Amino acid sequence: MSTDVQEPPPDATANTEVSDELAAVAAPEVMANSLGEYVRIWFSRVRNGESGALPVILGLVVIVVYFQVRSSLFLSAGNLVNLIGQAAWIVTLGMAEVFVLLLGEIDLSIGFTSVIGATFTCWMLLPPHPVAWPLAVLVGLAVPAIFGGIQGVIITRLRLPSFVVTLAGQLLGTGLLLEVMQQAAPNGGGSIRLYNNVLLNIEGGSLSPIAGWIVMIVAVVLAGGLFLVRDTRRRASNLAAPPLSVTLLKIAAMVVAGVVVVLIGNTNRGVGLTVVNGVPWVVPLVLVVVVAWSFLLGRTRFGRYIYAIGGNAEASRRAGINLNRIRVLAFVLAGLTAGITGIIYTSYLGSVSTGVQGGQLVLLAVAAGVIGGTSLFGGRGKMLGAVLGGIIVAVIYNGLELLGLGAAPQYMWTAAVLLAAVTVDTLARRRSSTG
Amino acid sequence: MDATDSTPDPAGEQVQAQAQAQEQATQAADAQPLLRLTNVGKNFGPVRVLMDINLDFPPGLVTAVVGDNGAGKSTLIKTISGIYQPDGGEIRWQGRQVHLHAPKDATDLGIATVYQDLALCDNLDIVANMFLGREETKFGQLDEIGMEKTAKQTLADLSVVTVRSVRQPVGSLSGGQRQAVAVARAVMRQAKLVILDEPTAALGVTQTRVVLDLIRRLKSQDIAVIVISHNLNDVQSVADRIAVLRLGRVVAVGPASQYDAESIVDLMTTGTSKRLAAVPAEQSGSSSEH
Repeated sequence: MSTDVQEPPPDATANTEVSDELAAVAAPEVMANSLGEYVRIWFSRVRNGESGALPVILGLVVIVVYFQVRSSLFLSAGNLVNLIGQAAWIVTLGMAEVFVLLLGEIDLSIGFTSVIGATFTCWMLLPPHPVAWPLAVLVGLAVPAIFGGIQGVIITRLRLPSFVVTLAGQLLGTGLLLEVMQQAAPNGGGSIRLYNNVLLNIEGGSLSPIAGWIVMIVAVVLAGGLFLVRDTRRRASNLAAPPLSVTLLKIAAMVVAGVVVVLIGNTNRGVGLTVVNGVPWVVPLVLVVVVAWSFLLGRTRFGRYIYAIGGNAEASRRAGINLNRIRVLAFVLAGLTAGITGIIYTSYLGSVSTGVQGGQLVLLAVAAGVIGGTSLFGGRGKMLGAVLGGIIVAVIYNGLELLGLGAAPQYMWTAAVLLAAVTVDTLARRRSSTG
Repeated sequence: MDATDSTPDPAGEQVQAQAQAQEQATQAADAQPLLRLTNVGKNFGPVRVLMDINLDFPPGLVTAVVGDNGAGKSTLIKTISGIYQPDGGEIRWQGRQVHLHAPKDATDLGIATVYQDLALCDNLDIVANMFLGREETKFGQLDEIGMEKTAKQTLADLSVVTVRSVRQPVGSLSGGQRQAVAVARAVMRQAKLVILDEPTAALGVTQTRVVLDLIRRLKSQDIAVIVISHNLNDVQSVADRIAVLRLGRVVAVGPASQYDAESIVDLMTTGTSKRLAAVPAEQSGSSSEH
């Protein structure tokens, strides 16, 4: 009649199969012992809405195939490079939004603040007395960052909902843009040109074909090496590491993606006898931003705290995290990233105008984030997701434009995709909270 | 049952352990307690929530604080963990008088309070939760490997074996496992006094057992434990000492073996119990004896 508890031996669970229930929520990287198990865990997660990147990529493939069937021009080098140009600013604005979405907040102002920043940049670069372009860029990034910071302070100090504060910010931004433009180019008819070749080359210029290959190879080798070193170090410390086959598959996927982008870029897209080829400069630029922000979110305290606050603000407060500081910083970073978007967008168009649809841009950014798997409720999402989501939005726009369908179906299709993404997000959350 | 019998007899060992604990508990008043409250009081406006609280919390012992709703349990805990400041009396930590102005003051001393639901981020994994707010870094980067090793070791020391991977998000854990993670976090931070607020509320039988085992393990690491609980079964199975609060006063405190469920209920509801008449109560908490 012993009342003592019979404890399971310590390794009782260690070698057993991963249960479906557990597999549904845990990261396959650390749970799987083999590729087969990895795939099985991964499927359970997809069923539970914890999908990761692959379903988004599959969706992208479906959309691409559809457009290619409807228009053979879609997969032409010329159109794909154009698509990269469009996707670049949707992607970066999506990344800006991810910072605040992860906190469970939203920033509706960044569509306009990005363009206000770019207006300052163009203003400072106006002939006959242009300043050095890095200085102009710095101002173009600082203005939206400060705007974001002020909004962040209002939201945290006065405890107002970010939706309302940044909606006010959007209206204020609309007015500010008109005002700044009036000062910068009184006779410009509401627009100002970008007079700087370095900045114009972000979207307009390309790496030489050989440089494209070199950059791609260096990037893939660095990333792949990093993966392998990390796994090796984990194994050396007796910690669970993903199976080698899984890591190799990931590296292979990166190689394929890199080769495809460089091949597309290096294909001659000139008309007639002029040869135009090379990967646009905007590709490595966006890559740098993605890597930097992913590092910030995934490998630093600041990033950890963003996820923590988005997951459970009260627990984070009790853990001694300064919630207000992190929140304000997130809004500053969202503004800063919006500033980068403004420069890229201006480079794409060659000018800034007051006719820009800042309110619509920001909704595309939210769509990019959410389609890419960032939860509107905070705590879940990745920068890489915003890249994939941004590409999907850009593909829809580009494809429908190519089919000559105009604005109406563009809005409706984006609406449908966004609604689908939000539904998946909400259902996944509901399922995980009920059991 | 003979506890010295050569055949291993867990029940007998338990009896012996309880006897030892009881001995320790009675000696505790003489030895220096980890935390000593003397005449601590707390008012909210005209309402006196705590009055003349005299309590000792010795290391290596589990003290259960029981009482009906509104008895002042939560206020007492919040006073110890620095959320409320007492209006009178003094708090001594290892013999030295301390003033806890903020939760951080208590945490710095080594007082950790574990709340059932509020303490963890469901979206983060176990390692991230255990180190939340105190992440280790190397060259500005999170030292994931170092943190994961420490987390695994701490969980192993507490014999938390049901968790398959420390990289699981906490949202995927059962109630008992979550409690274990929260307690492990406190232990990892060198807590000397761990306060558990209703640790077994809303847990099933198995999960409750996991948590009670965990409390015993804390005890064996010479950590002082305060358990707030409504569940008298749990209290009696794990506590060395019991303090009964009623209407803001300590009406009884002493070795757990002195009380049975009925006498505790008597004390909680009426403040006295005839069943205890034969047993003298411990001196330090006798403020309400008439």
